[in-house]
Amino acid sequence: MRHTRRLVGLVVALMLTITAAACSRPDSQEEAGRVLNIGATAEPVGMDMITTSGAAIPFVLLYNVYETLVKLDADGNIRPLLASEWTDSADGTVYTFTLQPDAKFASGAPVDADAVVASFERARSDAATEQIRSQWDVVDTIEATDAHTVTVTLRTPSNRWLYDLTGSAGIISDPTATDLATTPAGSGPYQFASWEQGSHVELTANDAYWGTAARFDDVFFRFYSDSNAMTTAMLSSQLDIISNLPVPTAVDQFADTSRFTVYEGSSQGEVVLGFNQENKALSDLKVRQAINHAIDRQALMDSVWGGKGQLIGSMVPPTDPWFEDLSDTYAYDPEAARALLKEAGYEDGLSITLSVPTLPYGPTSGRFIVAQLAEVGITVKLEELEWARWLDLVYTKHDYDMTIVAHVEPRDMRAFATEGNYWNYDNEQFNELLRQADEGTVEDQTTKLKEAARVLADDAAADWLFLLPNIVIATTDISGIQANQVSMSFDLTTLAARN
Amino acid sequence: MTTLRRVAVRLAWLVASLLLASLLIFAATNALPGDIAQIVLGTNASAGEADALREQLGLNRPFLARYGEWLLGALHFDFGTSYISGRAVAPLIASRFEVSFWLIAFGMLLAIVMAVPVGAYAAVRRRHADGAAVSALSQVGLAVPAFWAGIWLVIIFAVKLQWLPSGGYVSYWDSLGQWAVHLVLPVLSLAIVQASVISRYVRSSVIEVTGEDYFRTARAVGWSRSGALWRHGLRNIAISLLTVIGLQLATLLVGAIIIEQVFVLPGLGSLLLQAVGQRDLAVVQAVVLLLVWAVLLINFLVDVAYQVVDPRLRRTAEASA
Repeated sequence: MRHTRRLVGLVVALMLTITAAACSRPDSQEEAGRVLNIGATAEPVGMDMITTSGAAIPFVLLYNVYETLVKLDADGNIRPLLASEWTDSADGTVYTFTLQPDAKFASGAPVDADAVVASFERARSDAATEQIRSQWDVVDTIEATDAHTVTVTLRTPSNRWLYDLTGSAGIISDPTATDLATTPAGSGPYQFASWEQGSHVELTANDAYWGTAARFDDVFFRFYSDSNAMTTAMLSSQLDIISNLPVPTAVDQFADTSRFTVYEGSSQGEVVLGFNQENKALSDLKVRQAINHAIDRQALMDSVWGGKGQLIGSMVPPTDPWFEDLSDTYAYDPEAARALLKEAGYEDGLSITLSVPTLPYGPTSGRFIVAQLAEVGITVKLEELEWARWLDLVYTKHDYDMTIVAHVEPRDMRAFATEGNYWNYDNEQFNELLRQADEGTVEDQTTKLKEAARVLADDAAADWLFLLPNIVIATTDISGIQANQVSMSFDLTTLAARN
Repeated sequence: MTTLRRVAVRLAWLVASLLLASLLIFAATNALPGDIAQIVLGTNASAGEADALREQLGLNRPFLARYGEWLLGALHFDFGTSYISGRAVAPLIASRFEVSFWLIAFGMLLAIVMAVPVGAYAAVRRRHADGAAVSALSQVGLAVPAFWAGIWLVIIFAVKLQWLPSGGYVSYWDSLGQWAVHLVLPVLSLAIVQASVISRYVRSSVIEVTGEDYFRTARAVGWSRSGALWRHGLRNIAISLLTVIGLQLATLLVGAIIIEQVFVLPGLGSLLLQAVGQRDLAVVQAVVLLLVWAVLLINFLVDVAYQVVDPRLRRTAEASA
């Protein structure tokens, strides 16, 4: 009996300890200096963006821990970073980069030509993912001309390559690092501190940074698979920033302007109603045009995405220099849709399956489209697929009629030119325009890509439902938030705390 | 049959169940739709790359060979490597286990601490309004899902009052205070629901005990009601309570998975959900196997404890042998 009493006493004491500890506010930041807590939706699956795919790794590490020779600014222009300047030969095949003389890695090792060559060679080796390696396909040789000069020779001129150098494919890693898969090592203003899988990645200020010093001592990227949990964490002051609010209807919770600032910019994510052009009906241009005419995209965006986002009409977001608003190519016109279907021989109706992933925009957009296509005589069977199933059936096996998915990679219009793309889209004119854009001057690039985007739109290669908004929520304490998402990085270098 | 032999028979059943469970889990996870190689490589991989990865992961080998190897590894706590991150599964599970363990342990402890006095009070005062009210309240508690309780606790204590964090976890190595603070709401959400279940058992057990002869005798020789209950009733109540707690532990495991989601706790439950979404089968298999084995083991221990604690059962068993 004495034992029982002792046990009860112990349990009560334990509970009292917890309660006592609970009475203080959850604030561990007192003496540790300024800490930044950022909520994000996708957790990286590894720490090496050269050998592991996924947008979540560059989101955390690019420009923060790893730097590139050239960087994208907020307007999408290419600017110097580790390269103080660069020149290209008249024919556009030889690039010479001059490195910042005082740049060094967090370990203290210099960012010299050898380190750059080693990083580039790693990015085009077999260790790299197919996606990274393919960005280096156009490169012939990489040479260290002297300690601070690197010369890269291309097989053919390529605007795309210099652009790709601003992303994961162009990161410069510390050659003295032992295991980049677990401990990223770069020359950025922050250095990697820890990764608690399932919870957060912690970065700390790199005190020896060669450029403008980091403005936060500690930065935590905290990952939330549930968006409700992320919004409540923000509301309960556990986060300083929500890096991208996945459900725009939750924006209203942050209406208190004394506490929060809401930034609404554009993202790189085109929500595409894709057509499998191997399907007999959908291989007919008239049917694709009819579907484009039958869907009121503004109403769809209003109803499923709270009116946030942008109508674009082709595979180009407004932050790219060759953007043109093509959303009126096939304006909402059910009459025209019916007429086109009749011309195509489907006046008695048409049955199509729409396979959508169970992502926030999928089923809701799907139901809207089912209703609208029914109006013009197209019977749509909606099929909801969990993401892994979607990847298998739609993306890999091309076993579908229509689908909806957001394509979030920057400058991904070329996906329509990729051999074996899941839309089974193949247009030689489009492919040729892309080739010319890549090999021509910067002006050529803009005009040719504009033309290419128009070809896609006219061809009704897909129906671009809308561009996802980039909604960032920050406390009023944080300044320097970039509303538009132009790169794969959540760039910490522009952020600061007001107090 | 002696107690020892009965335990031995149960042990044999346990081993058979553990093996059968492992086979079912392995078969079921292999039957999940979706190509692992394609998921691992993402949307930019070529068919050749996917083939090579399938070969490298050994996915082209016969089912039984893969099962045997996996089971042998699991017995040595070697669950292979994650398909997605390439890291070893065992240390990953070990780090996540800590979180779930504290959540469940404290959840159960708090539930018992709340349930015993509440149940006893409801029983003793059952003919009074306050006793009936307590009883009705626990009935309401039964109907509340843990995640709903969790969401309300978050709204009140994290969002409105800002006294406690809405989620996340801090290891006690880093800060004991923060560790405790981060566990309060999730533990409370689990405990409230569990306490309702357990308190109803306590109530009915107490009612039963107070009607027994030995209890009346104790009262007759001068013990107060609570004194008699404490001295003589508790042991009898403990036996049925033990069974209930054992059974409830299994449901608590499931409840913890949901609570970990609500409170963003990096435990086994959230690991499982994440791994299922990514088709990281090595992780899914390991977590499910451990959860199922834990349930089987708990049931076994409750069974054995029942045999040991309750002398009546032992005597009946011996008489019938």
